[in-house]
Amino acid sequence: MWATLSLESRFESIEIAERALLDLLGEVEVGGDEAYWALTALREAVANAIRHGHHGRPEELVRVDYRVRADHLSITVVDQGDGFDPAVIPDPRDAENLLKPCGRGIFYMRRFMDEVVFRRGPGGGTMVCMNRRLTPRPTKE
Amino acid sequence: MKQQIRDADDVRIISLSGKITIGAGDVMLREVITESLEAGHTKILLDLAGITAIDSSGIGEMVASYTSAKNRGAQLTLVNLSKKINDILQVTQLITVFDVYSDMDEAIQSFV
Repeated sequence: MWATLSLESRFESIEIAERALLDLLGEVEVGGDEAYWALTALREAVANAIRHGHHGRPEELVRVDYRVRADHLSITVVDQGDGFDPAVIPDPRDAENLLKPCGRGIFYMRRFMDEVVFRRGPGGGTMVCMNRRLTPRPTKE
Repeated sequence: MKQQIRDADDVRIISLSGKITIGAGDVMLREVITESLEAGHTKILLDLAGITAIDSSGIGEMVASYTSAKNRGAQLTLVNLSKKINDILQVTQLITVFDVYSDMDEAIQSFV
């Protein structure tokens, strides 16, 4: 199962992206903690695209691709921004960062998905690919 | 996000429900804490029982609120965290920063 969304760079778009993921996960009967943490990671990725990729320019689009199987979720979020180097993101758990009000989004994405890979997007922005194993539901007799 | 405010003696209790997320709940959280501090409250208890989701912006506002309170000589304490919000604070080690209680009466009594 798959879906693709092109969303305006508005924070309201995050709800649309979440709704789509919930619907897809519902189709493969995934809910509970797995859905909750996947939604958390998705929210961070789309928020980063809007805030840091597009700096709030609503006309720039965030593309979200979903691929969902009973045992696997893949989400790709692409922005049209200038890109960034994920290697320079500091660890928010370090003592000097602990009380900073920002800088935890990518950490949460990495924590709540099995794999998070940043690449340069086709238009020069950031493409973040996130994967997570899902627990297959027991087959109904 | 919705909020309910009440005072128990000199403790200001702010009960939040819904989402503390970017562009909505995070701004409201900042405003309600700022208003309480500017009104002179020095004992602020955030009741998170009704919070269904929080993102890094919401966590960031909680940290900023904690720092603002501390800088003004006030105390910000958390009560009634769900397991998921507790987990989110745990993984970023913020659980070591905040005073966290699971019981409202105990949280109120904790202010000195």
